[in-house]
Amino acid sequence: MNGVHLEIQLLAAVVAVACALPGVFLVLRRMALMSDAISHSILLGIVLGFFWVGDLGHPLLILAATATGVLTVALVELLHGTRRVKEDAAIALVFPALFSIAVILIAQRAGGVHLDVDAVLLGEIAFAPFRRFEWNGLDLGPRSLWVMGGILALNLLAIGLFYKELKLSTFDAGLAASLGFSPVLVHYGFMTLVSVTAVGAFDAVGSILVVALMIAPPAAAWLLTDRLPVMLALSGLIAAVSAIAGFHVAIAFDASIAGSMAGMTGVAFVGAFALAPERGLVAQWQRRARQRVEFAGLMLSIHLLNHEGGARAEVENRVEHLSEHLRWSPDFARRVVRRAERDGLVVREGRDRLLLTPLGREAARHGMVQAPPAR
Amino acid sequence: MRPDPDGGAPPLAIEVNDLTVAYREQPVLWDVDVSFRQGALTAIVGPNGAGKTTLIRAILGLVPLAAGMVRILGRAPEDARTEVAYVPQRGSVDWDFPTSVLDLVLMGTYGRLGWFRRPGAAERDRAGEALEKVGMEAFAERQISQLSGGQQQRVFLARALVQDARIYLMDEPFQGVDARTETAIVEVLRELRARGNTVIVVHHALQTVAEYFDEVVLLNVRRIASGPVEEAFTDENLRLAYGGRVPFLRSAG
Amino acid sequence: MELLHALFFDYTLRTVALGAGALGAVAGALGSFAVLRRQSLLGDAISHAALPGIVLAFMLTGSRATPVLVLGAALAGWVGTLFVLAIVRRSRIPEDAALGIVLSVFFGLGLVLLTFVQRSPTAAQAGLETFLFGQAATLLEQDVLLIAGVGSIALVALALGWKEFKLLSFDPDFGRSMGLPMTRIDVALTTLLVVAIVLGLQTVGVVLMSAMVVAPAAAARQWTDSLGLMVVLAGALGAGAGVAGTLVSSMGRGIPTGPTIVLAASIFVGVSLLVAPGRGLVAGRLRLRRVRQQVREGESEP
Repeated sequence: MNGVHLEIQLLAAVVAVACALPGVFLVLRRMALMSDAISHSILLGIVLGFFWVGDLGHPLLILAATATGVLTVALVELLHGTRRVKEDAAIALVFPALFSIAVILIAQRAGGVHLDVDAVLLGEIAFAPFRRFEWNGLDLGPRSLWVMGGILALNLLAIGLFYKELKLSTFDAGLAASLGFSPVLVHYGFMTLVSVTAVGAFDAVGSILVVALMIAPPAAAWLLTDRLPVMLALSGLIAAVSAIAGFHVAIAFDASIAGSMAGMTGVAFVGAFALAPERGLVAQWQRRARQRVEFAGLMLSIHLLNHEGGARAEVENRVEHLSEHLRWSPDFARRVVRRAERDGLVVREGRDRLLLTPLGREAARHGMVQAPPAR
Repeated sequence: MRPDPDGGAPPLAIEVNDLTVAYREQPVLWDVDVSFRQGALTAIVGPNGAGKTTLIRAILGLVPLAAGMVRILGRAPEDARTEVAYVPQRGSVDWDFPTSVLDLVLMGTYGRLGWFRRPGAAERDRAGEALEKVGMEAFAERQISQLSGGQQQRVFLARALVQDARIYLMDEPFQGVDARTETAIVEVLRELRARGNTVIVVHHALQTVAEYFDEVVLLNVRRIASGPVEEAFTDENLRLAYGGRVPFLRSAG
Repeated sequence: MELLHALFFDYTLRTVALGAGALGAVAGALGSFAVLRRQSLLGDAISHAALPGIVLAFMLTGSRATPVLVLGAALAGWVGTLFVLAIVRRSRIPEDAALGIVLSVFFGLGLVLLTFVQRSPTAAQAGLETFLFGQAATLLEQDVLLIAGVGSIALVALALGWKEFKLLSFDPDFGRSMGLPMTRIDVALTTLLVVAIVLGLQTVGVVLMSAMVVAPAAAARQWTDSLGLMVVLAGALGAGAGVAGTLVSSMGRGIPTGPTIVLAASIFVGVSLLVAPGRGLVAGRLRLRRVRQQVREGESEP
């Protein structure tokens, strides 16, 4: 472990957290793929800005690239607004066009210059420590660490200041508008934040892997919690851990650091998808097995209640009938009945006739009331 | 009446036993028992979220059943698909899809055509007749996005008519249509009944239930009541189905 | 005219143009269904997800033969699609986020494998990076035959299942209610889309291939209200974009072919949106003006 490696890991973690925070709102607002569109088309802004000022480190480049990001959002909305193409197609039309122009321009004028196609896709996080930020001859660390740190701070500040507005316009746009927050203003303000973040991260991890950092950690966090503040914190944590783990995997296999970081966010998502305490696949499967019997017991009570005193009660309330009509295997029906008897919901009369107990009747009524009135 | 293959009493058009349907572990229908008589016009009514649409989607095999069973004309549903025609809600499809009215109606013939066969002259004739029945023959070559809501509904009805089925399941065909369309639909329903077909309609407007239908099923997650309109469509049952919010519409009708 | 002459007599250029044209036709025709089913971005996910499949196919077989790599791409594209389906069905994550995760994570894994292969001493430069942005110049005659052959099979399959695919795209529940196996039909159509996408990766690249699926179809939709015509026209526009992009990029030095083809297709979309009769924006504006004028004339009359 040397200083360069430490600096790369620090930068990776800062980039990942800075991406994950606005990513939370992108995922919740069902605009995840806007990150894909923005992260591609900012390349055009970088190229044009570079042709203009001739220096890749110039702050104007960040401005130009951010502007193209916001322009992408506006173009998608314009195209969709003509009602001639659907929104998904509008996204899929806008960014490839802008990205193509950028690639052609690079090939035309920037050949041999620092802007090469590999950098566009892979980012240059491995070289970041070699570009230092110096002030009065004093080495203050890698320049991109300052830039990304600034963007992270900006994200924290913006989300902190406008938390209420963002939250409200995400979950209830109508209410937000009626309270006087302009949804358009919030939307474009937020998209500017996404664009700035994408521009900063682009330098480190390239255009496509920005999408992984923005989407995968928030999606994983969403499977772990229902609360927005927790989701924000978890997203940041998952992103930082994935980034650092990705760095070590990449060093071990001598492979792309950025690609490996993206892969690790995927691993984190798959982990949450499979193992999340309540929503994971394993938990779903366990709950279903448990609920099947509980649910069946309730269904049995409701079934008996529905037929209580009816003309066909004699038939409907027989144990053997259950497997026939409720589509239960005889074995499962026996298990359900046994459990219902133990819970005191039903009693057996004679060999195989079932009667509801008062408790069972109560449970059945309650169960039906609980059934949701609206879809 | 059609002759009954088994000899005895005609089987029920549709028999639903102990049907429970759950979406994401939330029950939408609880242990519903209901049967639909052959040759009758039946309305399914109930408040929003009562599971009316879910009931007909369950009959059609479009949603998985948590429990219970469905028989169509005494057979398993899979063996009776060609006996059932379906009119989905108008809003369930994209009306900007590039296709003509005639083409859409022809889709009703796909179920019986078999693989790789295209609809031919015979199918076109039947589609033309169906369009005539709903008063849309002049629109056959029109693009479907140019239709009004009522016209869309009539085209959907024509598509079900070319299915040439014995049972028709319709999901809110009267929702938001003009008076002319409403009359056309009612006429088609009566003609279907006159030919011995069974029609089951998810219906919203309580004031027209008695006028249009023979039988009614009141539903609110479970079956509240069912039977001939004059017996089952009572204030008492409506109150049970709608809770305290009995729609005032009925007293007006 | 010099260009046309070159198109007919320059062997390399002719090969590349034929390949790009064939792939444009296949992608355009099959893309029509993706656009109508609002699956435009599924194409993006599939093409990105194909990258690890290409590299793995190379690592496992050591072969750079196009059919091997295309097969690897197709398998990985398929697995990516299954992941999207599983995430949407088994969790609360919405489809757009699922697509974003699959496309970026698969692509990241692909880059890891790619850099790993490139740096390992045994395998010299495999030329796999041409799959990122595509390199039409590397198309050989047998590649073109592969695109044309497999593409034709896909188009024949599309024609055979035409009415089922149409029904699937318009009203799948209605099809299911008639007892048609809509899930299997869906699998078949998605497989055809995967085929169309992986055929284009060598020419246009994984990053931009989705545009070849979406753009010709979106342009064609503006000119017609018939599904059949739309598919034919999308195929023609796709082929046109392929050939035009190849020609333009052959005119200058270092103009990359893939992005040029995509740009040609994008220009088709822009022009179609503006000037197509009926749906075009200009036609719409003219119609509006005519209606206003009629209203005004109606008012001025007593």
